[in-house]
Amino acid sequence: MAIIEVSNLSMTYRLGDIDLHALSNLTLSIDKGEFVAVMGPSGSGKSTFMNILGCLDKPTQGTYILDGQLVGDISRDDLAGIRNRKIGFVFQGFNLLPRTSAIENVELPMLYAGLSPAERTKKAMAALKSVGLEGREHHHPNQLSGGQQQRVAIARALVNDAPIILADEPTGNLDTKTSNEIMELFVKLNNDSNITVILVTHENDIAAYSRRVIRFVDGALVSDTRQEQRR
Amino acid sequence: MISFSSTFKLSFRALRVNKMRSALTMLGIIIGVGAVIAMLAVGTGASSQIAAQISSMGSNMILVVPGTTTAGGVRMGAGTQSTLTMDDAAAIEKECPAVSDVAPTQNGAAQVVSGHLNWSTGITGTTPGMLNVRDWPLSSGRPFTAQDVRSATKVCLLGQTVVDNLFGSADPLGQVIRIKKIPFIVIGVLGPKGQSPNGQDQDDTIYVPVTTAQKKLFGTTFPGTVRAIMVKAKSAGDLAAAEQQINELLKQRHHISQKQDNDFTVRNLTQMMQAAEQSSKVMTMLLGAIASVSLLVGGIGIMNIMLVSVTERTREIGIRMAIGAKTWDIRYQFIIEALTLSMIGGTAGIAIGLGGSKILSMLAGWPTVVSVPSILLSFGFSGLIGIFFGYYPAYKASLLDPIDALRYE
Repeated sequence: MAIIEVSNLSMTYRLGDIDLHALSNLTLSIDKGEFVAVMGPSGSGKSTFMNILGCLDKPTQGTYILDGQLVGDISRDDLAGIRNRKIGFVFQGFNLLPRTSAIENVELPMLYAGLSPAERTKKAMAALKSVGLEGREHHHPNQLSGGQQQRVAIARALVNDAPIILADEPTGNLDTKTSNEIMELFVKLNNDSNITVILVTHENDIAAYSRRVIRFVDGALVSDTRQEQRR
Repeated sequence: MISFSSTFKLSFRALRVNKMRSALTMLGIIIGVGAVIAMLAVGTGASSQIAAQISSMGSNMILVVPGTTTAGGVRMGAGTQSTLTMDDAAAIEKECPAVSDVAPTQNGAAQVVSGHLNWSTGITGTTPGMLNVRDWPLSSGRPFTAQDVRSATKVCLLGQTVVDNLFGSADPLGQVIRIKKIPFIVIGVLGPKGQSPNGQDQDDTIYVPVTTAQKKLFGTTFPGTVRAIMVKAKSAGDLAAAEQQINELLKQRHHISQKQDNDFTVRNLTQMMQAAEQSSKVMTMLLGAIASVSLLVGGIGIMNIMLVSVTERTREIGIRMAIGAKTWDIRYQFIIEALTLSMIGGTAGIAIGLGGSKILSMLAGWPTVVSVPSILLSFGFSGLIGIFFGYYPAYKASLLDPIDALRYE
């Protein structure tokens, strides 16, 4: 069953007199529980694609159906609501709030979902435990290593039970050992909780953890291959 | 929509992160609110002092004094002519319906002796109506009566200052004092009244029957003339009517034609005092208005810092938006942050204002009255300023594009 369906998706930016086609005529579907790596050189349109999938941006043309819902001409606030419930973001730079403890960072999505403080604390503790950060709930980001910070970010992405995790070069700032640990965590979440993982990467070693690789060049999909997942 | 308490916690935390900056931003509001409260306290203090003096003088009072004399082209000033008589006073009481009490006065200064102590004070000869005109109750003893006035008995009422100087703490009732060597029996003591609007000690006085003053103490140019007639109108609304009735009655009694100048002057004392009170109220408002300018400047300080804060925290805003913050979640967060700044500043400002007005009244000797409305007003005003000046930065923050905000370095 497709959780993400895009058809004839185009994104055009206007820079002065020139139209820049960041994405052109993209049609693609991703099933629930897939583990997809998005690859391609910089400027190939992967970021634009991820922004559209993440409901941070709207395409200039084409349709996007997310979990059975058409993401068309809906308001900013409705997009925010979809992001809150359906999508967990993991960024290259972790993007945790500074001077804010791990548990409070993890509680943020639930704050905007309107959960009660008691419920927020309970779920945040569980999420931090599931990424292996038990006992570090009250550490601030600057007291945590890069890998630990990324784990906090993953816990934050998971905590609202979002069916999709969008990860934009999640290992870009990490060493190889920590990268592998983080990727194993993604694999575990993908296998155990059937969470759809879509990640952007430059590295073949990282893409090897996925079961499907999509490549972009100049805003167009050039290959879509399935592969054996690295263990 | 996230709850108010969560938003408040967020804002409070954000303010704690930059303690120094938050404190300095609040300082503008603290000074503003403090200045408004202190200035209003000074103004209110001044007008309430005037109001107290007016009521101590007696309410709804009209003063009738004789006109001027002209001696060889030199005009001598009001009160120099002896045109008012005891009969005028009686006629005013009888024929002016807007008048409730009348007290003719004949006064002068004299040395007063009791035992081995002596004191110089003003002596006023008057009628029993005086105590009503001045709203002046006795603290002990009895007033003199109409009979005392008719028979010019040698009795007197002492003001508190005179009692203090002649008797100390001893009881003056029934004692004999000598005014111009004439013995008078003390029959009563006037309650303490304090300063008059022009700063005179109203308690430094002795009341005697008007006839006694005329015949035994000061004498008169013509028999039965008085220095002044004090009149109390029935109510504040009757003041103008009483003034007119007295004017007409005295014109008639003194045979003054339309073309002639009056040989007397009617002064509405209460009205004059009320005008003074009114002007001090205007002064209060002026002081408050000037002080609120500093509150406004404090508000601009808040806006400035909030704009800086929004720019600094662009990435934070982007993160919040990415994980589901809606437009108003962000907007509330920053508005409440500004509101928290201004309300904490306002609370501290109230303390500063209270302390400041205490210090002002101690150092400068100004009477200050901190009124509850002035506290509520400046506190509410500081809250409004927080919302008003916090809105624009919050609005800016809430309209950021999440993608750009996330990329912001």
